[in-house]
Amino acid sequence: MIEIKDIYKSFSGNDVLQGISGKFEEGVTNLIIGGSGSGKTTLLKCMVGLHQPDSGSVLYDGRDFTPMTYEQRIEVRKEIGMLFQGSALFDSMTVEENIMFPLNMFTDQSRKEKLERVDFCLERVNLAGKNKLFPAELSGGMKKRVGIARAISMNPKYLFCDEPNSGLDPKTSIVIDELIQELTEEYKTTTIVVTHDMNSVMGIGDYILFLHEGKKFWEGSNKEIAHTDIKELNDFVFASRFMKAAKDKF
Amino acid sequence: MNFTNFGRYILLLKSVFRKPEKLKIYLKEIAKQMDYVGVGSLGLIAIISTFIGAVMTLQIAFQLVSDFIPKTIIGSVNRDSSILELSPTISAIVLAGKIGSAISSEIGSMRVTEQIDALEIMGINAPGYLILPKIISGITMVPMLVIISMFLSITGGYIGGSISGAVTPAEYMQGITTDFNPYTIVVALVKAFVFGFIITSVPAYEGFYVRGGALEVSQASTRAVVISCISILVCDYLVTQLLL
Repeated sequence: MIEIKDIYKSFSGNDVLQGISGKFEEGVTNLIIGGSGSGKTTLLKCMVGLHQPDSGSVLYDGRDFTPMTYEQRIEVRKEIGMLFQGSALFDSMTVEENIMFPLNMFTDQSRKEKLERVDFCLERVNLAGKNKLFPAELSGGMKKRVGIARAISMNPKYLFCDEPNSGLDPKTSIVIDELIQELTEEYKTTTIVVTHDMNSVMGIGDYILFLHEGKKFWEGSNKEIAHTDIKELNDFVFASRFMKAAKDKF
Repeated sequence: MNFTNFGRYILLLKSVFRKPEKLKIYLKEIAKQMDYVGVGSLGLIAIISTFIGAVMTLQIAFQLVSDFIPKTIIGSVNRDSSILELSPTISAIVLAGKIGSAISSEIGSMRVTEQIDALEIMGINAPGYLILPKIISGITMVPMLVIISMFLSITGGYIGGSISGAVTPAEYMQGITTDFNPYTIVVALVKAFVFGFIITSVPAYEGFYVRGGALEVSQASTRAVVISCISILVCDYLVTQLLL
């Protein structure tokens, strides 16, 4: 479980996060949603330590991450897997080398064991046999799946996904969402997904935290989200004509 | 602002020299970088050094108009100029353009495509993994390239002098073997070591802190080359002042 308490973050006097708190349980898909510039990616970066919050704390199963030393953070980070918005695959490495990279760095497994793990991860994301391709040879959806395979290669306890559907067609988006949900349930990871994709929200949002202008406006599940009277949330959820029409119909 | 940058540069260097996560992987990366910096630059350095040596001989001969000065002096002047100044400094400036811009662009592109963030999330010391092998390759391979450059520059002078008739081979050979002070080689190697460090660390710093996209990466690359060249010239003066 990951718990955030009263996170504040500002850049050059601009308050990006203003006292965000929340609890993200393991084995369920937790979503952080909000419009562009609402602070969701900044919150994610504060949680994984890419940004240092001005105040507040981030607890990984009770361990406060924010005051940790560099060495202590490394130990927590070995338990984290992350899928980046642009996949962030290493261009100079093949798919196999990308997935094997954390194993090379942090385990003493034999090459055979590492290759078996790579094959397992690739099979898990339905990319078996693509070991020798370079990132430049992959489609957007394949890159995301390789990103997921790399993220799960070390059996992470915590899985973070930053805009996993950005730039993908609706069908591929659903495949990625379902994959994230399956992995979360299978490995009982604490999964946090930052998104503004309403299909993801309605499809996999077990717990949703809604941010608006750096503040937490609402939290709940995808079953509750359509029945709130919070204007900012309704403006976000029912921004599209399709969602508006669906709401009017039902 | 410049003090801020200098402070950040020092802090980055501090994290570069942290203990590596796995030495074997770092050694592999160092070998790869040494190949790129050393072997990859050999052709360019060879051509530049040979021609500079040849041109130096012609220009020295042109300026020696007095009959009272022996022609052997052409070899001596060419040797000392090549060893002390031309080989280390010109090689370093050329390498700052070739290697410096490549390092800055590579690390900058990794920054804007979140590859550096990915390394950090994995628990890897990104400055150490990305920059340390480059610095080690710079401080080892640049001195080697400079030694080759010295040899080729003096050889270029010999060829240039012989072809043009500005100096006979015998006079040139006598010139380069007369009153040779081996300490000049030490000074040149100290310069090469310092320049190797600048050529790799300054562009790495510029690339590591890039924010934005393709435009910012190219701007950082240009800035890296300019700052490296100026730093090379300033350090050239300081090392010469200290050691000679």
